[in-house]
Amino acid sequence: MIRLSNVQKTYPARRGSDEHTALRGIDLDIAAGEIVGVIGRSGAGKSTLIRCINLLETPTSGSVIVDGTDVTKLSNRDLPLFRRQLGMVFQHFNLLSSRTVYDNIALPLELAGASKAEIAAAVDPLLPLVGLEEKRDRYPAELSGGQKQRVGIARALSSSPKVLLCDEVTSALDPETTRQILNLLKDINKRLGLTMVVITHEMAVVKALCDRVAVMDGGVIVEEGLVDGIFANPVHDTTKSLLADEFVEFRAGQDSAQSRDQSSGQEG
Amino acid sequence: MFSTLAPILLQATGETLYMVAAALALGTSMGLPLGVLLATSGRGELFEALWFQRIFGPIVNATRSVPFIILAVAIIPFTRFVVGTSIGTSAAIVPLTVAAIPFIARIIEGAIREVDSGLIEAAQAMGARPVQVVTKVLLPEALPGIIHGLTLTAVTLIGYSAMVGAVGAGGLGDLGIRYGYQRFRPDVMAAVVITLIVVVQAVQSSGDWMARKADKRNI
Repeated sequence: MIRLSNVQKTYPARRGSDEHTALRGIDLDIAAGEIVGVIGRSGAGKSTLIRCINLLETPTSGSVIVDGTDVTKLSNRDLPLFRRQLGMVFQHFNLLSSRTVYDNIALPLELAGASKAEIAAAVDPLLPLVGLEEKRDRYPAELSGGQKQRVGIARALSSSPKVLLCDEVTSALDPETTRQILNLLKDINKRLGLTMVVITHEMAVVKALCDRVAVMDGGVIVEEGLVDGIFANPVHDTTKSLLADEFVEFRAGQDSAQSRDQSSGQEG
Repeated sequence: MFSTLAPILLQATGETLYMVAAALALGTSMGLPLGVLLATSGRGELFEALWFQRIFGPIVNATRSVPFIILAVAIIPFTRFVVGTSIGTSAAIVPLTVAAIPFIARIIEGAIREVDSGLIEAAQAMGARPVQVVTKVLLPEALPGIIHGLTLTAVTLIGYSAMVGAVGAGGLGDLGIRYGYQRFRPDVMAAVVITLIVVVQAVQSSGDWMARKADKRNI
């Protein structure tokens, strides 16, 4: 479905900053229907990597094949048409504050020139899928973080994409809401057979959601494989330290779960 | 006394509102695209065009640095070329518009730059074309700021319109200078000042109300 071959990305030197290479030859194959995690610390290049798939960043060299097309060769005219086949969900939701839940979800279809009836046909079934029927005419300012991300997910799905790109989608959410959002994504993957690329810095997200994982450090993929294998037998130091973080977070999560029980559980 | 003052006060208020409304509408029709392009033509931005910034940035600044009364007098030949005369209410719309365009452009530019760049990225990821990013994302999201800015422009133009009274344009400023000051009629002066205060209050209040209606960020 997606094949990255020797993808490099170098940002040219600007006033006040030197030339910076974010990706140093990335090779990654993602099969249709698969959920692949890309994990790494800040600055490892994972955000640049996911943006090279929908060409929000243009690779300096290498090829990005999506569904048989080398998308780095697309013209500026064709690029928007290609991007409509991919949905993207963001860490900070990036919802339009001036639009209601319904109108936010409708936006990708509006951009593609869909009629009102087509938009209703696509958006109406998405509202129950993400559990937001009652918030249909609310504005983002009236929603919680988890609800905003549900809108973000519904919006990414509204143009019936083949691929869902998730950029740190749970990093701004609390542990309980994170669990709900991950379950929702897993459910969507099963129901719609969507291919997903999930960027994260948390091993817990990979464990809960992904089939395969690629570990990034310094602009290269240092380790890659099935999630179970990587968890059972991590080889690279970065993988080991990311797993160690997860153990600490797991304990912290238990502590906060206990304190939440005591304070008679508040809804996130 | 009131019966003689009321008609001329009413007429002057009408002239002022006419000048300001026309200059605001014409100024927005040209200042809006200029402001959008100033906000989106920088390096790596939607319509990258550095030459545009290099040419229009200084022009906008130059126009804004000339005091309005000087500008109004300096462009009299241009006004005469456009309207056929440099005297009267319609002629005054020309310098008011010329002053409003860069003012509005900078306000629009500022309001658009306030929009979170994450929204531009999200729109592009959805397959928005650059023009769609402007019409579907940037302008709707910047709308509360734009309304605030246009209200500020309207109030500033009311002040400027009093100055064009000095070059024969009619309106409340003209009435205040000719009757109130030159004919020693403090009652006329007081009436003009009170009317100006009421008009400015009304403009500001309705602008604030519209901006609040458009702002869905704090509900």
